[in-house]
Amino acid sequence: MLLSLALALSVQDVPANAGPVGDPVTGELPVDPYQQDNANAGARPFKGDKMAKAFGGKDGIKRITDNLVVGITSDPRIEEIFKGQDIVRLRRTLFEQFCYILNAGCNYTGRDMRSAHKNLGTQMADLNALVEILQNVMDQENIAFTLQNRFLAKLAPMKDDVVDR
Amino acid sequence: MKRTFHLLSVTMAAMITSIAPSAAAEELRQGGKLLLTNGIASVEGSTGGGLASWSLIAGNETRDGIGGSVHATVAEFKDYRLDTEGLAVGFFNRVELSYARQALNTKAIGQALGLGYGYKLNQDIYGAKLRVAGDAVYGDPLMPQIAVGIQHKRNLDSQVTDAVGAAESEGTDFYVSATKLFLSHSILIGATARYTKANQGGLLGFGGDKNNDYGVQFEGSLGYQLSRKLVIGGEYRTKPDNLSIAREDDWYDFFAAYAINRNLTLAAAYVDLGSIATSAEQRGGLISLRASF
Ligand code: HEM
Repeated sequence: MLLSLALALSVQDVPANAGPVGDPVTGELPVDPYQQDNANAGARPFKGDKMAKAFGGKDGIKRITDNLVVGITSDPRIEEIFKGQDIVRLRRTLFEQFCYILNAGCNYTGRDMRSAHKNLGTQMADLNALVEILQNVMDQENIAFTLQNRFLAKLAPMKDDVVDR
Repeated sequence: MKRTFHLLSVTMAAMITSIAPSAAAEELRQGGKLLLTNGIASVEGSTGGGLASWSLIAGNETRDGIGGSVHATVAEFKDYRLDTEGLAVGFFNRVELSYARQALNTKAIGQALGLGYGYKLNQDIYGAKLRVAGDAVYGDPLMPQIAVGIQHKRNLDSQVTDAVGAAESEGTDFYVSATKLFLSHSILIGATARYTKANQGGLLGFGGDKNNDYGVQFEGSLGYQLSRKLVIGGEYRTKPDNLSIAREDDWYDFFAAYAINRNLTLAAAYVDLGSIATSAEQRGGLISLRASF
């Protein structure tokens, strides 16, 4: 009797240990339901196509966000924060967010900045590290410094939402 | 005078204890500031540009740590040379305590005044600064980083300050400063109001026969960020005019500040101090090196 109970429990344990099931194609994990809205991107998009062009359109922005994700998940200062997070989803939503803000023709379907960064324990130094990595990535794409700053000006007001102590 | 100094140390102690408990509960974190966001050392040792004070706090620390810096500045003019060395500690990017020693080398003027060639006027400056609101880089794009500060200055050559007609050889300046990097334009703007009666920053004492009242003076800075490591700009600083024997002019400069790396910032400037102790057109060059951690 006891043995069969233990068996039953251990059988039930298996799917729980494997964690939630990812999307069969992308591997992206489900998140708690939320209202999709471009306003979740946390900044209004640029007007006109000057910024989108300077950032190389969707292709250029994709390279930037992909390289940014590689950078932040391997930088010793902040990589720990990304351990166990859904990097597939982050890669997609970060691209959408940058593409939307740069007015390169995307909608942002991710969560708002406050909910996405709640309880991560990020500090000012983490945000500065992320900004430096982004600057390096934009340098690699030969984006003019003044335009890098114009883009960073869209992200800078998000500080209180992404840093939580 | 002793009383002002006591007041200053009490203020400093109160500033530190008011912020320490909240931060002490968590682990301290070293470094983490963006390049150049700790400014350079001003002539008075507080963080600023070269001549003007800024609301930035010394050290590489963020709000989760303690940092500091040491600096040396040499400024060479037609008839004078000003050497400044100092150090500053930044607590949680909130409070800055600083000390600087200024030495004004009077070269041939010292000889003319019978003090001897190259006679040096010395001054100690004890500073404390508290960031009260805002962030120079992040947050509301129109909200600057605002700080209030105090600089207690002790001129060590009272026989000279007496001789030029200054009322006192020690004095205290109070200031409020706002600084913002307008990222969308890569422009840095700083504005400071200083309540002071210092003559030539205190090197010629405080107050004088012509005027012995405190007054509000203005310091303005405009910078353009060329890269993460390089800012160029200019500064303007108005001054009191308290001594009848020596007219005092406003100061201005054109500067470049370069972050050699996370720990070293080099600044160079063309500086015009105007007339100093009756010697007109004191223009020259300034070089300043600051190490921060
Ligand atoms: C202004 C700067 C930042 C922007 C624009 C940004 C943007 C984003 C976006 C778009 C997402 C995905 C939202 C979603 O899944 O719906 C996200 C998630 C995340 N961000 Fe940030 N972020 C910023 C700063 C930071 C910093 C400084 C850190 C820490 C070093 C960080 C760590 C994370 C982590 C760990 C996640 C995944 C959270 C989860 O899946 O639960 N972010 N961020």
